[in-house]
Amino acid sequence: MILTQEQQAILDGAKGETMAKVMKTLVMYGDAFEAEKLVPVTSKYNHLVTSFGLKVMSPVYDLMQQLLDAGVASGQQFSVDPRPLDKNVPANFLQNLIFNKFMYTKQDFYEKQLKELGLMSDDAFTCTCYMDEMGNKPQKGDVLSWAESSAVVYANSVLGARCNRNSGIIDIMGSIVGYVPYFGLLTDEGRKATWVVKVNTSKKPEAQLLGSAIGMKVMEDVPYVVGLDKWIGTELNDAACAYLKDFGAATASNGAVGLYHIENLTPEAVELGEKLIAEGAREYIIDDAELERVQSEYPVIWKNPDAKPKLCFVGCPHLSLEQLKDWTVNVEAALAKSGKKKVVIPTVFTAAPKVLEAFNKTEFAPRLKATGIITSYICPLMYMNNPLCKTMPVITSSNKLRTYTSAKYYKDSQILDIITQGGAAQ
Amino acid sequence: MKQFQGRVITPGQVTAEAVVTTQGFNTLASFQMALQFGDKEVKCGDQNNQELHGKPLINKALCLPQTIGSTTGGLVLYCACAMEKNPACMLFANHIDSLAAAGAVLSNVWIENSAMPVIDSLGEEFLNYVKDGMTITVKENGIVEVN
Repeated sequence: MILTQEQQAILDGAKGETMAKVMKTLVMYGDAFEAEKLVPVTSKYNHLVTSFGLKVMSPVYDLMQQLLDAGVASGQQFSVDPRPLDKNVPANFLQNLIFNKFMYTKQDFYEKQLKELGLMSDDAFTCTCYMDEMGNKPQKGDVLSWAESSAVVYANSVLGARCNRNSGIIDIMGSIVGYVPYFGLLTDEGRKATWVVKVNTSKKPEAQLLGSAIGMKVMEDVPYVVGLDKWIGTELNDAACAYLKDFGAATASNGAVGLYHIENLTPEAVELGEKLIAEGAREYIIDDAELERVQSEYPVIWKNPDAKPKLCFVGCPHLSLEQLKDWTVNVEAALAKSGKKKVVIPTVFTAAPKVLEAFNKTEFAPRLKATGIITSYICPLMYMNNPLCKTMPVITSSNKLRTYTSAKYYKDSQILDIITQGGAAQ
Repeated sequence: MKQFQGRVITPGQVTAEAVVTTQGFNTLASFQMALQFGDKEVKCGDQNNQELHGKPLINKALCLPQTIGSTTGGLVLYCACAMEKNPACMLFANHIDSLAAAGAVLSNVWIENSAMPVIDSLGEEFLNYVKDGMTITVKENGIVEVN
């Protein structure tokens, strides 16, 4: 890698030993991808993936402390993934004991570190920092040092920013130095599609199921999706953006997708069209049968596969304001149909703190509360990240949550039926 | 015995027993429970990976195409190395991905005496040839011997 004089001086220790190690990390990281140079980070804010003060992650907090002690904190402020705990979310005595006395004993300590490192605000905890309410929305062409797979894929694909699928810790190191290695999704070549995915379904495909199918097929490659504009339109409005948020999260967690192009919709696909398709790109056709096959092959690891669900999570990644409103209307209608006043399974809708703040100012908030649904800023994945949840039948419409936990996946319409009608999940 | 030439991401020499996955290795899903709840064998917790689910990973030669999933992947690997609960080495058939590269580099730079050789670009033939239980020897120059 060819470094500028300034970068070389940092590597040689001109700004201290710790800063030199940060630079060495980025150079070695770039070397692994034959990056020829480092390029400046140009976004206003950064986004970090590590939001949880897990005792087991002590090596991470020790490293963060080394950075703080050396005074090399980031010049950029940042948002960070959702908090792992919220008293609003149902938890029994044993769960609370494990959460507070065993697992997240470092939470307060780590949040203090985050503030010192440059956290945007006390409520800058969400995986959807790019929501208007949160204020961390990069511009097209911005170079980022972000982590959080669902945020990276959204920033690249929907906003047209440029960011690799950076790991936690690398995210803050790029921000501290102010440079990231130039490779992969930062380059024009790396943003070309090596798969053409043809959507031939008879109805609008479920975002998180379609994303899962594509993620598992293309892994870390870039797909160019044809035929989806028929179902979600050619304008990046609230509904399309929410769809792409959920779709992208599934491509990134069920595979390792960092960028996708949707024909006639996402900015680079609109600008460049089929010029984005690399020579020799492979083809994947998705029809109704393929989506059914994908869903039927998800493993169910509940102790009793026919158990009645004890908890339902919707909102991984966090819901948008419009999604919260839509769900309110849909739950009300489904309850009216089933003749019930409240949902029959404890259900948590999760969204960013500032999105919830905005939602709570609308007429929809008391209506949703009346259905018995709880809203929270929690990370459902972190809530379920313990052995007690292994034996707890949790359902979700998040394919990301399904991937990392024992939660069972259902389509949104199935979730609606289950939480408003009751009975065992089918 | 068969030899494969790869590219050195982080150097080292080691001999260990192979555990093999032909699908993407989800680092978070594989390690999270084992690291948190003190599983000494560090059994793979990824329900979606039937080749590895329930198999011990500690001190094994982990043979894989690439890693997938959450961008916590690199820091999870870093923590596994800092807690000495890491595989003996990681051997990638494909070009390494950004999350695994981060984990390998962070461990190499920030952990004193870190010793987890990581080799990539070993080729599809490597993953076709190697099977669970085979003995793997990793040499300094990126040569991987499979017995």
